[in-house]
Amino acid sequence: MTKTTDKNVQNTSPIKQKGQWKSFLNYIVIGGILIFFLIFSMVGGMKSSTQYLLEKIAIAMILAVSLSMVVGFLGELSLGHAGFMCVGAYLGGKTAVLLVPALGNGLPTLLISLVVGGLSAAICGIIVGLPALRLRGDYLAIVTLAFGEIVKSIFMNSSSDSFGGALGLKTPRYDRNSLFIFSFVLVLLTLAVVQNVIRSRHGRAVTAIRDSEIAARATGISVTRYKLIVFAMSAFFAGIAGVLYSFSNQTVQSVKFGFNYSIEILVMVVLGGMGSINGSLIASALITFLNVRLATVLTGNLAVLQNLIYALVLIFIVIYKNAPSLSGLREKMRFQNLLHKNKKPKGSE
Amino acid sequence: MTMAEYVLETRHLGIRFGGLKAVDDVNIQIKKNQIYGLIGPNGAGKTTVFNLVTGVYAPTEGEIYLDGQWIGGLSQEKINHMGIARTFQNIRLFNNMSVIQNVMVGLHHDPDFNSGFLSTIFRLPKHFQVEKGMRARALKLLELFDLQGEQNEKAFNLPYGKQRKLEIARALATDPKLLLLDEPAAGMNPQETDELMETIRRVRDEFDMTILLIEHDMSLVSGTCDEVTVLNFGTTLAQGTVSEALSDPEVIRAYLGDDN
Amino acid sequence: MDFITTFINGLSLGGIYAMIALGYTMVYGIAKMLNFAHGDIIMVGGYTILVVLNLCGNPILATIAAIVLCVVLGVVVEKLAYKPLRGASNLAVLITAIGVSYLLQSLAQIIFGSASKMVNIANLGVLQVGSIKIQGYTLFTLICTIVVMIALTLFIRYTKLGKAMLAVSEDRGAAQLMGINANRIITITFIIGSALAAVAGLCTLMKAPSINSTFGAMPGIKAFTAAVIGGIGSIPGAMLGGILLGVVESISNKITVIAPYTDAIEFGILIVILLIRPTGILGKKRREKV
Repeated sequence: MTKTTDKNVQNTSPIKQKGQWKSFLNYIVIGGILIFFLIFSMVGGMKSSTQYLLEKIAIAMILAVSLSMVVGFLGELSLGHAGFMCVGAYLGGKTAVLLVPALGNGLPTLLISLVVGGLSAAICGIIVGLPALRLRGDYLAIVTLAFGEIVKSIFMNSSSDSFGGALGLKTPRYDRNSLFIFSFVLVLLTLAVVQNVIRSRHGRAVTAIRDSEIAARATGISVTRYKLIVFAMSAFFAGIAGVLYSFSNQTVQSVKFGFNYSIEILVMVVLGGMGSINGSLIASALITFLNVRLATVLTGNLAVLQNLIYALVLIFIVIYKNAPSLSGLREKMRFQNLLHKNKKPKGSE
Repeated sequence: MTMAEYVLETRHLGIRFGGLKAVDDVNIQIKKNQIYGLIGPNGAGKTTVFNLVTGVYAPTEGEIYLDGQWIGGLSQEKINHMGIARTFQNIRLFNNMSVIQNVMVGLHHDPDFNSGFLSTIFRLPKHFQVEKGMRARALKLLELFDLQGEQNEKAFNLPYGKQRKLEIARALATDPKLLLLDEPAAGMNPQETDELMETIRRVRDEFDMTILLIEHDMSLVSGTCDEVTVLNFGTTLAQGTVSEALSDPEVIRAYLGDDN
Repeated sequence: MDFITTFINGLSLGGIYAMIALGYTMVYGIAKMLNFAHGDIIMVGGYTILVVLNLCGNPILATIAAIVLCVVLGVVVEKLAYKPLRGASNLAVLITAIGVSYLLQSLAQIIFGSASKMVNIANLGVLQVGSIKIQGYTLFTLICTIVVMIALTLFIRYTKLGKAMLAVSEDRGAAQLMGINANRIITITFIIGSALAAVAGLCTLMKAPSINSTFGAMPGIKAFTAAVIGGIGSIPGAMLGGILLGVVESISNKITVIAPYTDAIEFGILIVILLIRPTGILGKKRREKV
């Protein structure tokens, strides 16, 4: 008995260390990128279009990481992520509009707007989630879709002095040189919160629900409570992304937050590999970069070709990763597995 | 706290699905440290009784008491917190999680490991303390079932017999008073079944456990169970020791058909 | 009398929704998946009508061509994209269906451009009874809907194939044990659903004769909502949900104060109904086996 225990200690410790090193990698990479661009911008070599692109990437990263909590870790499909972002953008943006005369257009205004936008989105998340999470997965998808359309419709028809109606809400301009830095700091914060929750007993409970809801209940996990928490957290960060969007864009128009936008975020999560936060980060950066950069280069049919390729890649990846008949192929292609097999000390018993 | 006479007691337990009475007037009394069997032909309502006791279904008739406390109709989570854990006929593990994490999920509600959201978000010392403690406790449980060598394997990579063991380990992690095993020997060869019997008895002795099990394998039932209830068509055919129940003419007729 | 006209228009719009919703609900009932790309089959049908009309000018030929092409497309999509995922998680299938929807929309944009195109199928005139004016296409849609509903109900009730479909939707495993080829039944379901989508595309085009790549998206989402309201998996539920949604939309659009919020109201109804009846009006409660 004692012998095997010893072997175990040896077994776990390298894995643990490797995991810990890995878990800081994304912070280091994003922090590194941030510092690089910071120096770049201080030297004065950064075009405002680059800053705008960086803001967009940061927003996409927050959206993808937050949606990944619901889709990748909880295993539920939300088709209304853009709706939560919309709530954040409008309410955060409006807060900023109201605060600027009193507080000026500085950090305090931005911070209060972020809190208001994030919390109002989270409240919407709870309102939508409360009934929907008691239903089976497919119904959640349709209810979130419906929620997104309702939000869009309400802001679209708002009066011009409340939320600007169809023309959109004009939001204050925030100093471009610091907004992108601030956005990346928020990416790091989002990442820290999401990752720390996922790598904890709470995160384990959430993945347990994904793997088997019935077994999770029988094991004493409060399924509804955890679903609601994840849903609200995810909506909160979508709201935060919305507030950043309003500061970056200076106009918030509800048509932008339709079903298609929700799908675009979903594509980022799926392409990044469901359940992989780092994958979501890379996919969101890449897709946003392509979207923004190609939009100026590609026109007409070529721009559509881009969508076509997204669609094809999405279909192929999902089928490749999930088709039961391809499980043999997947096993063969897994490089890690090959490495692992050689190391496994199983035969040594 | 006074000890109730029975760990589990059902009185006139029944459930109706539409017009169909799936379980009717079932009275089971299980004393502490007993291994109690629930047997009967397929479709007799055995798993339905499990689902009633664990809160998957709310009973439409009768009462269920755990240690004298009324639990009929409570939620599955609540019933688990009060002290009933179970395994499933068709194994339900958290397949994409590692073996040790499966057990750690079972420790989720242990009062020793209660770290809130804030301590995990801010990585307060409490979080690390809890994680370390959970891992150690989970490892101990795995060792009991000789699963420590596979602790970092994904659950679905385990061979069948070990999956069954892991399910029992996970259930025990929730620190139950009563353990429900739904056909634990299904799909096992005689040697594995013998080993399982040994495990069941060990669980009772080492964890001071009371066990209710559903099983078709009569060698396992007669080898482990102190008492059994025989169900057929949702009603009780016989109750008593294994030999008493199996010699009951009603039971023989139910198992072998009416012509005998 | 204005109200009666509005109501009849609503019934007709509801008929379109019902025909699309039938495709969603049958596929859900039998293949246990949400075919998100179903709305885009309508768009393909619409463009087929446009192309064939430009070629030969015969609306009947155009309709037949649309039905054939939609059926072929529906079956091909099922075989290539959904069949490999049978047995995989719901999430994977749903995301693939969303991918197919995107694929069809961008293909249409590449072939036909992003600008809307006009399609004039046939002028059916106006029917006037007293002070009630009913457009010819409204009546046409109503007739189509009624024929489709009766035919489908008879098919399910009285043919061997229809009964086999019911059996597969009840319990695929058991149906297979009874010798029913579930794969074949799933293919047939996609054939029926796609054919109905083509007819719905025809009716939509007669009402509003302009088409672009997102032609099927909104009707698709609305019909999907209708199917869920009625109880997804239930054929009478899809009919009921479709008609209900069509009438609500038609009436709401007539009331100036709430007209801009019509979409919100329809989706709001969905949420309220799911709150009251989690499986829709006529949906069956499914108990998961433990």
